[in-house]
Amino acid sequence: MRPIIKAEGVSKQYRIGAKKEQFPTFRDALAGAARAPLRWALAAKRAAPPTFWALKEVGFEVTPGEVVGIVGRNGAGKSTLLKVLSRITEPTEGRIELYGRMSSLLEVGTGFHPELTGRENVFLNGAILGMKRAELASKFDEIVAFAEIEKFIDTPVKHYSSGMYVRLAFAVAAHIDPEILVVDEVLAVGDMAFQQKCLNKMQDAGAQGRTVLFVSHNMPAVARLCRRVILISAGRIVCDGPSHEVIDQYLGSNLGSSAERKWDDLRAAPGDEVVRLAGVRVCDEAGVTRESVDIRRPVGVEMSYEVLEPGQVLVPNYHLYNEEGVCVCVVQDLSPEARRSPRERGRYVSTLWVPPNFLAEGRLVVTAAVTTYLPMNVHVFERDAVSFRVVDSLDGDSARGDYAGPLPGVVRPIFDWTTRRVRP
Amino acid sequence: MTTSNRAKALDAATARTTQGVKPLPEPQPSPTQALPEVPLVVIEPKRSSLALDLREIWAHRELLYFLMWRDVKVRYKQTALGVAWVVLQPLLMMIIFTLFFGKLAGIQSGLDGRVPYPLFAYAGLLPWTFFSSAVGLSGNSLVNSASLVTKVYFPRLILPLAAVGAVLLDLAISSCVLAAMMAYWRVGVSANLLMLPVLVLLLTALALGAGTLLSALNVKYRDIRIALPFALQIWLFASPIIYPTSMLPERWRWVMALNPMTGVIEGFRAALYGRDGFDWPSLAVSAAVALALLACAAFTFKRMEKGFADIV
Repeated sequence: MRPIIKAEGVSKQYRIGAKKEQFPTFRDALAGAARAPLRWALAAKRAAPPTFWALKEVGFEVTPGEVVGIVGRNGAGKSTLLKVLSRITEPTEGRIELYGRMSSLLEVGTGFHPELTGRENVFLNGAILGMKRAELASKFDEIVAFAEIEKFIDTPVKHYSSGMYVRLAFAVAAHIDPEILVVDEVLAVGDMAFQQKCLNKMQDAGAQGRTVLFVSHNMPAVARLCRRVILISAGRIVCDGPSHEVIDQYLGSNLGSSAERKWDDLRAAPGDEVVRLAGVRVCDEAGVTRESVDIRRPVGVEMSYEVLEPGQVLVPNYHLYNEEGVCVCVVQDLSPEARRSPRERGRYVSTLWVPPNFLAEGRLVVTAAVTTYLPMNVHVFERDAVSFRVVDSLDGDSARGDYAGPLPGVVRPIFDWTTRRVRP
Repeated sequence: MTTSNRAKALDAATARTTQGVKPLPEPQPSPTQALPEVPLVVIEPKRSSLALDLREIWAHRELLYFLMWRDVKVRYKQTALGVAWVVLQPLLMMIIFTLFFGKLAGIQSGLDGRVPYPLFAYAGLLPWTFFSSAVGLSGNSLVNSASLVTKVYFPRLILPLAAVGAVLLDLAISSCVLAAMMAYWRVGVSANLLMLPVLVLLLTALALGAGTLLSALNVKYRDIRIALPFALQIWLFASPIIYPTSMLPERWRWVMALNPMTGVIEGFRAALYGRDGFDWPSLAVSAAVALALLACAAFTFKRMEKGFADIV
């Protein structure tokens, strides 16, 4: 069958530091010449190439009716590929041919205006997503019913709860009817029940012969929705094939930074002659491996390791980094067994329990290490061993309370408060 | 873990997290879809063509309409006076100008004293208010809609276009006030009034040219955002709004005529109150500047457009 999407040699080059120099000014432009030597010196110091390829020589074909997952770790180029496909940014090289109408959904609720009512926003957002007014009008009731907000449709959306807002936004998005649909990680919003509804809606889209490109970190969802998965790493397609094979490779490889890593061959495992790592995984209280955990539940980070040389006091420890690369904390096993007694040979499992309501929502990347003190000796130091996602569910009983907006901070604890009246 | 183990574990995880999701249906080659022979869309690095995609804009006319409609709807939301502000803004300016310049400074309206100063000022303020809000809004339109620009495809030109379009409605409303005032002061109209649509077109072209050009530059140089209010303030005093051109000594009038707003504003007055003809040379300057601005804006916009999503 002829492809509906045909991409050949697509590359996208960005200038490094473009983000930092985001707002160049006239003054900068004028002073550029004067500062040129300085900049040259700085560049030399940084010793980084001035450009990098976010995408390099990406080529693939998609036949009509295929639902293709695109996976890869953060910064692999997935979003850039979607942006190029959706014509938001231009490729530096290459060519993509689309043989059908395409809509892209990189965010739900794009263009929603808080002052406008739900009804008005449905039309505005629909128009932004490329729907015709007549089409919108005929689907309007269906959209409102899908979002379950019939009563509030004429209320300005600034008075909506975040759940209602997201439901309405997704309802509009779910009703666009293009031949090709490109979806970024938009299912990561809303409560579980609504996420299910959206997944079902997307499956329907696939079943109706629509072509869908679906980017997500949610591997179970990708596995469920897609028969074919494309794995991207460092801007290149690493693997393209049946979803289970590719997801397997992704999770098994260092690219995955998934919730579980294992080293079957001990000789090749991270470590030294004293101790070697056998596996690291993230689990819940029941011991089930979890890619994502509710902020209100404890998180277990389990490390299994083989002690090869007896007589050493070994302290397992973790470094937790958030998505921005900020080190949230370093934690170590302070239990007397770990701190005082030298270890025998054998296989050990140490589990760190992060208490509920501690880590802020988002992706956490874990570096696993095993250290000896006195003298200081780092036996194992495995960067980016596993990663997991903390999800804050907006139910009102986490630290965010009834606040639904973006919440900064690397931790999100619930503390005690007292309030008393000091004057009538 | 071996491959099959991992696959099983994944299956289990899948089963857990996607409970309630229907089983994956067999892929169906859609029967209704006959693929076109030529691609609908080709995405590739643009060979810096200078042609504006007018057809693209036409295809997105509904979006243009909705964005205009949003701007109009949102502008005076949660204000007690609402749409009355459209009328009040030039009206208050007129009163202030009348008090300070008409009474205190004693500026005469020109036009052989047939027209009272408030009407004189209002006829200047009408095009000026339109121009300054249109340029202000469209100049900031791309930056203010950064979330749209980075998330959705549409011809970017729609944003400054919508901003100017939304202000046109304000112009229509404040024109009604002018008509009421002219009736009150019993100022008759002549055949000159027929020029008004042409003047509005010229004014819109000027605002569109300046606004579009600034909107593109604003994406890269945020100085525009800061400098624009000052520039507009200075431009207000450099245009014959408060005073008639005739107040200036004869030999300096040509300087005044270089300002494209001079032709438009004096043109408005001539069309509304005038008995004699128009100042064609300064109108020609306005038209020439408008065309040059539009061309320059189209060129700059087109050239910078592909970088918008990356730097906005």
